[in-house]
Amino acid sequence: MKKLTSLLLVFTMALACAGCGSSAKGGDTDAKSEGVMTYEEYMAADLESEVVVEAYVQAKQSWWENQATVYAQDKDGGYFFYNMTCSEEDYAKLTPGTKIKVTGYKAEWSGEVEIIDATFEIGEGSFVAEAEDVTSLLGSDDLIKHQNKFVSFKGLTVEAADESGAAFLYNWDGSGQEGDDLYFNVSVDGQTYTFTVESYLCDSTTDVYAAVKGLNVGDTIDAEGFLYWYEGVNPHITSVTVK
Amino acid sequence: MRAEKRGDSIFCRRKENFHTEAGSCGNKKKEGRRWRKCVSSLLLTALLSVLTGCHGKEGMSAFAIPEEFDASRDYEISFWAKNDTNKTQTAIYEQAISDFEALYPNIRVNLRLYTDYGKIYNDVITNIATDTTPNVCITYPDHIATYLTGVNQVVPLEELFADEKYGFGGSKVAFDAPKTEEIVPGFLEECAFGGHYYAIPYMRSTEACYINKTYVEALGYTLPETLTWDFVWEVSEAAMEKDAAGNFAVNGQKVMIPFIYKSTDNMMIQMLRQKEAGYSTEEGEILLFNDTTKGFLETIAKHAESGSFSTFKISSYPANFLNAGQCIFAVDSTAGATWMGTDAPLCDISRDKIVEFETAVMPIPQFSPENPRMISQGPSVCIFNKEDAQEVLASWLFAQYLLTNEVQIAYSETEGYVPVTAKAQNSAEYQDYLSRCGEDNAAYYDVKIKAARLLLDNIENTFVTPVFNGSTSLRDASGQLIENTVKSVRRGQEIDDAYIEKLYKDTASLCRLDQIGKSSPVSGEKADLGKLPRTAVLLLSALLGAWALIILYVVWQAVKRKRK
Repeated sequence: MKKLTSLLLVFTMALACAGCGSSAKGGDTDAKSEGVMTYEEYMAADLESEVVVEAYVQAKQSWWENQATVYAQDKDGGYFFYNMTCSEEDYAKLTPGTKIKVTGYKAEWSGEVEIIDATFEIGEGSFVAEAEDVTSLLGSDDLIKHQNKFVSFKGLTVEAADESGAAFLYNWDGSGQEGDDLYFNVSVDGQTYTFTVESYLCDSTTDVYAAVKGLNVGDTIDAEGFLYWYEGVNPHITSVTVK
Repeated sequence: MRAEKRGDSIFCRRKENFHTEAGSCGNKKKEGRRWRKCVSSLLLTALLSVLTGCHGKEGMSAFAIPEEFDASRDYEISFWAKNDTNKTQTAIYEQAISDFEALYPNIRVNLRLYTDYGKIYNDVITNIATDTTPNVCITYPDHIATYLTGVNQVVPLEELFADEKYGFGGSKVAFDAPKTEEIVPGFLEECAFGGHYYAIPYMRSTEACYINKTYVEALGYTLPETLTWDFVWEVSEAAMEKDAAGNFAVNGQKVMIPFIYKSTDNMMIQMLRQKEAGYSTEEGEILLFNDTTKGFLETIAKHAESGSFSTFKISSYPANFLNAGQCIFAVDSTAGATWMGTDAPLCDISRDKIVEFETAVMPIPQFSPENPRMISQGPSVCIFNKEDAQEVLASWLFAQYLLTNEVQIAYSETEGYVPVTAKAQNSAEYQDYLSRCGEDNAAYYDVKIKAARLLLDNIENTFVTPVFNGSTSLRDASGQLIENTVKSVRRGQEIDDAYIEKLYKDTASLCRLDQIGKSSPVSGEKADLGKLPRTAVLLLSALLGAWALIILYVVWQAVKRKRK
């Protein structure tokens, strides 16, 4: 009897695992459901208009009072869902790769194009985007076409973040403390850009937070993150590798 | 450039401007922007009620002032402070702590910095439940009203004020503290509610309208002596005219939002006060949803429809648009003045986007120029009670130190703040600072000093709203009415009677204002918050069950012994 039970359990587990595997890989990441906009259609939609998109969660930035802020992406572009209605239970399900259908309003805030006042449904399928190298686009008008995508930057030089020569600052002006956002400057081709470790996206316990705190002016680094916008490009960095 | 910071984090993340001061201090990234959820404060209050309930209704013993401060012991006190993401303000706090510790070597002050009041509020409530509140905390009276849900959590200060040895300017205070009468009476009164003083004012500000005077005149208008709503709406509509190329005629750009309001809760509150219309009673009765409010919303909707009005939450920081020549009337805190104007020392937009214009700083628009009314806001300081009365006394001494001229003058000069003591305001040092308006674009930046002067000249015209348990939610609801109306207009919805009726209903429901109305003002009497959460019920049931089993076991053992 015990043997039979064991066999039954193993068989059930195997079936469950197989089920999980197919669910994780299932779904056509290119296909959109009926009534869902393509990325191109979404980008063409007017601000303040209602939009329906399907995308795959790439990172979660926050959850509070049944509202979640999420970076997502499909094969064509990136999305930023700001304060989307979301229970804490559902938030736990929004792991990287999870497909969601989002209905909300297209909005722009200080240059960041996003979807607000949104609701979502979890769908079938999974897609985790590779970081796209946009180093060569820094400073160009084409960079914004990659807004909200998971991107990478290669061969950046760490510059002083302020006149004191610090390699990073807590908050934009150094007014913060451990746990606050980190700001650091990097240059490429003679141009300097400000990158941010957004403490809600990557808090002080993360590797990237520690890595940025360990930077020295003059270091050469590669970085990955989400191409956020605030009055210009302002990447939210999620990993840094010192070369 | 600073990244914009949104979302708040308590258990996780989210930034909220529970109070406009936080939001209004220019473009601080650590403040939240939109969709302030009024439900949050209610939920937090509910959480607090449940958790403090679990800790026993008696709470902490009331604080009694020790006869003497025991300087033979060491004390470690925590100070949760708010700055405007401003390095100088952080440095001033650090200097104040260092100077205080030099005076009291046995007191160590640990600074924890916040950049918005909402986050402090959330953290305090969470920490009340675990009995880990800070000792000294920058706060708003509205928030204290919620903290008072916990018994004896916040120290009433009137006896400390008057204490001969350790009170304001007391004989055993080791620094030159102001006397009670040297604190601006109106500012001190803002900290009194429920029959006690639960805080001391730290800094005060109001809102100002920062105006692109160059564009106003280019449109053929002259700024009146007192700005009125009619004038602002009229000029704003005039600024919407476009040229043949589709650019706005006044700035030659594709973007122009002539009137942007940073804090819409303040906007509604001040409009209502100026019209002497209902907002709430002192007792906490909600009067917000009235016909005057409806009239305001209809006007706002009309101008939102033309595109001449928007808000911070919907568009962005007023300063960014103002400095780019894309806004004419930017209403923000006087504590956000260093971000305003062509020569603003702080700026979020790239220098190449800044346009040249003359900045006028005026009080917010008025309905009755002969009787101007504007809000008084700014941080206050409260002290949390502890079992060790000596520790509380150490906290009080530090709080009092924040009112010394050194701290008051230094901090007020970082923004368009005003010192809260006449002692500081009338000092030669502060008067010299004011007199040097415009000497440079840093310490003496003219817009900043004009903003401070605006409040100094209008202290008697300022007001605050009634404080009661739930007043934070009512404030949030006021702004929500405007934000939702503007959003709806932008999305093509018609703003008619039915819309406003539904808006009132939804907002009242979301903010649970019906429950607020039933709560008592800062009396400690709790509102009926409905059923306990399921988890709390389970926990309590488990506790009851455990006790029942223990009692059963004890009885059984007793019976067994008796039988033997």
